Amino acid sequence: MTPDSVRVEPDDPLEVLETTVEELAPLYRQMLAIRRMEEAAAKAYSQGGKIGGFLHLIIGQEAVCVGATAAITNEDYVVATYREHGHAYAKGCSARAILAELYGKKTGLVKGLGGSMHLFDKKTNFLGGYGIVGGHVPIAAGAAFASKYRGDGRVTLCFFGEGASTIGGFAEGLALAALWKLPVVLICENNQYSMGTPLYRSLAVEDVSLRALAHGMARDRFDGDDVIKVKRRIGEAIERARTAGEPTLVEVVTYRFRGHSMSDPGLYRTKDEVEEWRRRDPLGRCRQRLVDLGIQDTALEALEADVKAEIEDAVKFAEDSLPADEYLPYVVKE
Amino acid sequence: MPVISYREALNQAMREEMERDPDVFIMGEEVGHYNGAYKVTQGLLQRFSERRIVDAPIAEMGFTGIGVGAAMVGLRPIVEFMTFNFSLVAIDQIINNAAKIYQMSGGQYHVPIVFRGPGGPAVQVGSQHSQALESFYAHVPGLKVVMPSTALDAKGLLKTAIRDDNPVVFIEGETLYNTTWEVPDGDLLIPLGQADVKREGADITLIAWSKMVWTCLDAARQLADDGIDCEVVDIRSLRPLDVDTLAGSVRKTGRCVVVEIGWPVAGFGAEIAYQMQRLCMDSLDAPIERVTSDDVPMPYAKNLEDEVQPQVVDVVAAVRRALYLD
Amino acid sequence: MAQIIGLPKLSPTMEEGVLVRWTKKEGDKVSPGDLVAEVETDKANMDFNIEDEGVLLKFLVKEGETVKLGAPVAIIGKAGEDVAALVEQAKAGGSGGAAAPAPAKPADGKPAKGAEDSASAPAARREPREATRPEQDQTGKAAVKPAAKSAAAAARPAPAKPTAGAKAAPAAPAAATASAAAPGRLLASPLAKTLAIELGIDLRQVTGTGPGGRIVERDVRAAAENAGKSNGHGSDDDRAEAAAHDGGAGDGDAGEGDAGDGDSAEPAEDDRAGEARAAAPPRAAATSQALTVRARPVAQDADSDGDWTDAPASSMRKRIASRMTEAKRDVPHIYLMRELDAAPLLAYRQRLNDLLGDKPGGLKISVNDLVIKATALALRRMPECNASWQGDAIRQFHRVHIGVAVAIPEGLVTPVVRDADAKGIGSIAAEIKDLADRARKRALKVHEINGSTFSVSNLGMFGIERFTAIINPPEAGILAVGAVRDLPVVAAGSVVAGKRMTVTMSCDHRVIDGATGARWLTVLAELIEKPESLAL
Repeated sequence: MTPDSVRVEPDDPLEVLETTVEELAPLYRQMLAIRRMEEAAAKAYSQGGKIGGFLHLIIGQEAVCVGATAAITNEDYVVATYREHGHAYAKGCSARAILAELYGKKTGLVKGLGGSMHLFDKKTNFLGGYGIVGGHVPIAAGAAFASKYRGDGRVTLCFFGEGASTIGGFAEGLALAALWKLPVVLICENNQYSMGTPLYRSLAVEDVSLRALAHGMARDRFDGDDVIKVKRRIGEAIERARTAGEPTLVEVVTYRFRGHSMSDPGLYRTKDEVEEWRRRDPLGRCRQRLVDLGIQDTALEALEADVKAEIEDAVKFAEDSLPADEYLPYVVKE
Repeated sequence: MPVISYREALNQAMREEMERDPDVFIMGEEVGHYNGAYKVTQGLLQRFSERRIVDAPIAEMGFTGIGVGAAMVGLRPIVEFMTFNFSLVAIDQIINNAAKIYQMSGGQYHVPIVFRGPGGPAVQVGSQHSQALESFYAHVPGLKVVMPSTALDAKGLLKTAIRDDNPVVFIEGETLYNTTWEVPDGDLLIPLGQADVKREGADITLIAWSKMVWTCLDAARQLADDGIDCEVVDIRSLRPLDVDTLAGSVRKTGRCVVVEIGWPVAGFGAEIAYQMQRLCMDSLDAPIERVTSDDVPMPYAKNLEDEVQPQVVDVVAAVRRALYLD
Repeated sequence: MAQIIGLPKLSPTMEEGVLVRWTKKEGDKVSPGDLVAEVETDKANMDFNIEDEGVLLKFLVKEGETVKLGAPVAIIGKAGEDVAALVEQAKAGGSGGAAAPAPAKPADGKPAKGAEDSASAPAARREPREATRPEQDQTGKAAVKPAAKSAAAAARPAPAKPTAGAKAAPAAPAAATASAAAPGRLLASPLAKTLAIELGIDLRQVTGTGPGGRIVERDVRAAAENAGKSNGHGSDDDRAEAAAHDGGAGDGDAGEGDAGDGDSAEPAEDDRAGEARAAAPPRAAATSQALTVRARPVAQDADSDGDWTDAPASSMRKRIASRMTEAKRDVPHIYLMRELDAAPLLAYRQRLNDLLGDKPGGLKISVNDLVIKATALALRRMPECNASWQGDAIRQFHRVHIGVAVAIPEGLVTPVVRDADAKGIGSIAAEIKDLADRARKRALKVHEINGSTFSVSNLGMFGIERFTAIINPPEAGILAVGAVRDLPVVAAGSVVAGKRMTVTMSCDHRVIDGATGARWLTVLAELIEKPESLAL
């Protein structure tokens, strides 16, 4: 357990930041679309057997990927782990391509070769989902290294869970990013459980962001309920990377409402705890904020109907697409 | 034609490729200010500056991964492992990431990276610093694996490897850096996946790579005195493997000895032996022989180290067995 | 729209579950992610969270009931919807929207880092992969049985006992296990076997100096050196010859005169004729083969002023020389000639080839294919000519195996079409094409060169009108076929243009007298001049 002497609480989760309907509505739309897309994936997996292997859902954490990618451009790079459907969507990949990939179809984002854990999209500079967590942190540092090498001003965002903060790849990526001052923002989505292990059983000090101190790196730590707060705070780190060329380690405290994956019996946390976090659902919170800001009922309904149609269309697209049909050309580049 | 050392040949290759392409850079421990643990990168920092010759701390997993990420977005890194024994620390980046990103991304991203450094036993450096790990890497689809035996091959293969769009594991012979060979000036490019007959012969084919090529050539000279004419084929690349050249030789001579410095169990020589028996069965007068190190971690004492490794006398014995002599 | 909800897959290996309890009631409104039931699976008690929005209109399963994966458990829809039809459908076994899920294929081995243990469901079965490089065929039956232990690499396994001297592999354990070869088992290296075929050596007469008595290359070469001293009495093995080099001369359709129609591989000229030699130029071996004979240049005789050069005779030439001499010396030959009307045969052939159609590389029937079939049928009808002189007996063969002469640069091969009387013309044509191709690649098997009971040789494509062939001991006859020629012939009292082909039968007079041979030729002529009878 974290000793009191080093305990740092994240910010007040109920803090309200300035925003407008114009800023917030598109973010809400993205979060809602991701939520519905994940639910559709869950249904396809459990009901239809249409998705196989592993499926890790972002449900409950949407504010983090949406808020963070809202603060970057298409040219900036994003690297994530295997829980990356939301990140890919927020970066600009279509629900159609994502679901078709989960369904193992030829029209999938990576032609059925990667599946849920390995989404890549060059057009939107989405550098992948990775199965070896923490091993992808140096890869993100590498993309940042290239940006610095070329002086092209791009920034790299790297998403990982707190469970990845114990592995060597994370430590080495952090150390080198600090040493060489690479323009990367390392975003730890602390959803408080690594599979079935709560944080206090993984880390002697339950504050991942403190690692930055050992390397003289800037750090931040806050609650990820409010998509606007995510956008603002990670925006600061992005600005630091872009102008000063320096990295930041950002820890965002959040929660996943579903299990680690579809096969998780969820015995390691109580139903009451889940319910408590569901009441703070960032999606609902965002919707309420829109209402408070005065969004028209009709606009909100239209937005939500639009999302429903988009996801239904994506599911149909995935179902109707032809299965993946080749792999040999993608081993060695000629 | 100039005669240069294996070390100098590698240095020239990297220098020329870095002059030619601004995206090529070198990263590794002691590559810059120290001029290279084995002096292979000597003088390059002076020529190219710290931006392109990057000294890394002891963090193989970290800087190898950085190389992979940089390669994905278009740079052409050369990542040096001080020795390939240390590559095991970064093996996750090489096998789980570099070898697979082209496929996982459906062909959208490729990884034009070279992992290079010395491999195999040296002199009395103990078990953790003496390993020949090429069989591990040759096993993995998505990688290319190259091992030059001479300065000529070193220069031509390294230049090609740097220009290749795939991850290339380039293992140099730790005891070969001082060997010399005739190497022409100019833009020498040797294709990957192409074997080289280092000595023509009629009676038996010796197949080897890296340092063992030299051992086989020594054995061939000795056997010639007994009227046995050996053909020595240097595979140069493990993956892709030039089976056609190898099989052509074995079909010609009817006998084959595979000589490797690594461990026997599931070593790469076993793959070669499989291919040769598959393709040349009707031409074989004897079973395919194989000479390897002993199946042990490398001991420190010099006499034990010599005992463990394949020597000329072992190759000669294998040749004589295949010819039913003695 | 109301829909049926099936039991979801709550663990990778789950096939059925027990619905322990419903946590909602019929009529409750639910949202995606809501807990609706607890299900006991093979792994643990799992939460059943619904993925749909709506009202739980009906439960189809009671608490405590066991349900198969995907089977209907509830109906969800809008409040007040009528579900009777769906209930019926569920009872009938349909699960509406939820199809029985395909078996999950979880990742093998270690999944995403930190993920739970993966069930090791077997990979979907598919066709076995072809060997990556299927190239050479295995050679014939006298193969060495691989010693089981010799699969180990040449190195010592740890813990190694240091042996004195070179760090060598243990001597091939093949020696230990193969030495007790059962009587009748022949141990020879593949190279030795192939070489034996080429040199016409009987492996049974060779002493092996390899481990366990294995016959190896040097043993066969040594035997070949000695072979010139003794000629066997035309044993089957002695007759074995194989094509050793690249190139096959003399392709072309026998009997046409023009070389244009060379689709089917043809048996070419017969060296045994003695007179006409292969006209085709020898093709140099493109790649060195294991059987290349290393010729050593012979110094010229200083007295000859460079007027001649000796090239050492190859083993094959030596063998042909000794066999031809033997045949000419020991077998009393008589030669019976007959000129046949080839027009019906050509027409018949055309009809067959029209049926076969025009595919690139596709099968074409040649005149020679038909002649071979006719010869075989004629031998079936007059078996006296399908025989052999055995010294004090005449051996009557019961089966008809036709040796078909094929020319190669270094000499001649006679692969055998077995039971040619029983095979269809198309089969014979395909088989001859294959045998000729492989003869040129020296890839014939031993049993494909031995065992003929009668032979056919055709020099028609070289313009030879007629010739006499040398019998192949121990056979009693050989048919030499000439070209089809356009000639003026007499028909119904007038001179008209006709097609004629001359065949010459060489007979071993010890077995076949003139009259017998003549009668046989009549049988042959009837078959050839009424070619439809080839089908009978």
